Amino acid sequence: MQTCSYACHSADHDLSRRGFLASAALGAFGVLGVGPLGRANAAGDLAKSGKRVLIIYLGGGVSQLESWDPKPGTDTGGPFRAIPTSVPGTHISELLPHTAKQMHRLALIRGINTAEDEHNRASNLILTGRRPEPAIEYPQLGAVMARLLDSDKQTLPGHMHITPGGGSGFGKQDATFLGPRFASVTLGDGKPPADLARPGGLTSAADLEREALRKKLNARFAKSRRSAATDAYTESFDQAERVSKRADIFDVTAEDPKLADRYGRHDFGRHMLLARRLLEAGVSCVRVTHANYDTHHENFDFHIEQLGEFDRPFAAFFDDLADRGMLDSTLVICLSEFGRTPGINHLYGRDHWSKAWSIAMGGCGIKGGAVIGKTNANGTAVVDREVNAGHLFHTYLSAVGLNGTKNFHPNDRPVTIADPTAATIKEVLA
Amino acid sequence: VIRFPHFPPDATKVRLDRPLKHGSPLLGCRFDPYGRFLFTSGQDRTLQRFDLLTGAKTGFVGHASWVRGMAFVPQADEVTEQAAIQAGMLGFAGGWGAALAPPKALPFTVVSGDYHGKLIWWAGEADEPKPVRQVEAHNGWVRAVAASPDGRVIASCGNDGLVKLWSAANGAPVRTLTGHGCHVYNLAFHPGGDRLVSADLKGVVKDWDWRSGKLVRELDAKALHKYDAGFMADIGGARGLTFAADGSRLACCGITNVSNAFAGVGNPLVITFDWAAGKPVPLTPKEGFQGTAWGVAIHPLGLVIAGGGGSGYAIWFWWGSAAASIHALAVPASARDLALHPAGDRFAVAGADGNAYLYVLPPRG
Repeated sequence: MQTCSYACHSADHDLSRRGFLASAALGAFGVLGVGPLGRANAAGDLAKSGKRVLIIYLGGGVSQLESWDPKPGTDTGGPFRAIPTSVPGTHISELLPHTAKQMHRLALIRGINTAEDEHNRASNLILTGRRPEPAIEYPQLGAVMARLLDSDKQTLPGHMHITPGGGSGFGKQDATFLGPRFASVTLGDGKPPADLARPGGLTSAADLEREALRKKLNARFAKSRRSAATDAYTESFDQAERVSKRADIFDVTAEDPKLADRYGRHDFGRHMLLARRLLEAGVSCVRVTHANYDTHHENFDFHIEQLGEFDRPFAAFFDDLADRGMLDSTLVICLSEFGRTPGINHLYGRDHWSKAWSIAMGGCGIKGGAVIGKTNANGTAVVDREVNAGHLFHTYLSAVGLNGTKNFHPNDRPVTIADPTAATIKEVLA
Repeated sequence: VIRFPHFPPDATKVRLDRPLKHGSPLLGCRFDPYGRFLFTSGQDRTLQRFDLLTGAKTGFVGHASWVRGMAFVPQADEVTEQAAIQAGMLGFAGGWGAALAPPKALPFTVVSGDYHGKLIWWAGEADEPKPVRQVEAHNGWVRAVAASPDGRVIASCGNDGLVKLWSAANGAPVRTLTGHGCHVYNLAFHPGGDRLVSADLKGVVKDWDWRSGKLVRELDAKALHKYDAGFMADIGGARGLTFAADGSRLACCGITNVSNAFAGVGNPLVITFDWAAGKPVPLTPKEGFQGTAWGVAIHPLGLVIAGGGGSGYAIWFWWGSAAASIHALAVPASARDLALHPAGDRFAVAGADGNAYLYVLPPRG
């Protein structure tokens, strides 16, 4: 897992890989008491629709004032302009000129108040749509989407996460009670996990024999001592097998060079192009993390650099989807864990701010050009249509035709898919 | 060439003369060529002119974004200029008597550059200043502006990676200097008149024969830059840049040893260059300090002064080429810029708290 390195070094920020691996398999089921054999019998009537989701996660907390909700000419606005977009009357930051041309395909939610300013808790909140509860760990959006959108015929894992760097691998705990099958496969820097290919000295027949033995021993062990850990372990082999069979999908050099140019010849451009390939190949949910936006210092210089990298691939992705006829079936969500303070500190930085911030989404089920919610003149508070992470989670589901008020049934206990105290933001739906 | 002052300053006796209050966080500060006014720029997109004789404050309104670059072109002759500075020193020393009408300000031009890429010309001494000329100069931020010693050319630089020269008289483009390849953070004309230096994000200092547009050499201030792989971003740049009045030394400043770009964890650094040899000499605060040096000045008699902010707010002083500072002074706010008065007897910092602070720099003894 490539966690985002946060500028403020809060205690919870840096989950070590070692600590994560130790807890990953065990933590997935334990809290709810679902037990290793618990089954997340999701509402069976949810369609396998062929729809898919891309989550672009701007790690560290992108500034809403330098992106979706600029406030030029105010005490908090900073130095940048607001520029017109393809939607008359809607302006975004001048740091997003290519995105501005896609605004007719995008909707902005400008009235978000999540009231959580710590990175990890805020990240968990925005990705699960719920606040932590002692008796249950909720699955993240990507796992929920994979669970509800995966088809029986797909050849790749349904949930993948492209990180800016770090290692690649299996065994994430983001699916919790949905089970390890829907946990994300991490693609550090867009690369598949290493060593999946059969070693040159091992014949195909010997490899099959070896795998058969592993499965036999595994099945025998599971009869008496099956656990969350063994399920996760087994699933990691299944995921690895599926990934290795489609190794070609990770090779973005197979794309038209002109298209690659449009995405941008840098890491994030490559990652977005890979995301499109994965979605096209049937992966139900891909998350791409772009980092870093935790700009307590030099917020403006760093947003020039980071959004300068983000803007072109993000816009190119929409054109690419439209060209391929995928836009109507692909929900694109661009979010962070929170926004940044309207106030500018003495280091030209902005700190964490969850009381009034924004996200963008587009594609499947979204009313292009919609702007929902409003902040006050200098962006310190929401003044119209305030929503929280629960509303957003319901909305993502609704956009792809799912119903967040239905239940999963981990351990035969009904658990609503999305926070029952929140509801879909219907105005943003097409 | 101005030859003030005649006595070496004593950094340990520096004292705050007065705050100059504005209210919006400040970005930059510069004295006018005669030393009567301190100009500041702020996050409210204005310049403010503080009359050091009368205490009057006058706003210059016209920019639509932040301003950090300011350059001045005196319109009086050198003899008058020297006399004006003397008058400023006297007025400063005794305070201007309420019963005595202040002298009329001498004429000068101010050219300011903003983060929308625009240059504005102003009559600096005007009672009700308004933009005289506006030029769309750069694609992106203008980070610095300088006037040639003869007052005929204005230079600007910015995030488009370009250095541009303009006629001071009419704003017409003269020449564009290319080659930085990244944001150009600062520039200054050599007092000798023939050369111009520009410094970029990556600590590359280019020495130009600006009349021909030829690059003469590059100086190494790369210690002021780092690509922070953890945060996947560049950090650094020459935040301050200045020549000694006699042209013998160049100084630039910023942040070095960065361990956390996005929290500003690093150390202030001033790099001076002997102009002839071009060899960098690093100057650092003697006491540990975490942050950035935002502004630097070289006193005519050799004292180097820099101001900054981070874990605290401070001004540091160095003599000659000794690497460690000889004195540090805590200041009330993060010093986002620093300017030396042309008389050499005082300096000012631009505070992030919305105030400029004027300090007295007494002579030794």
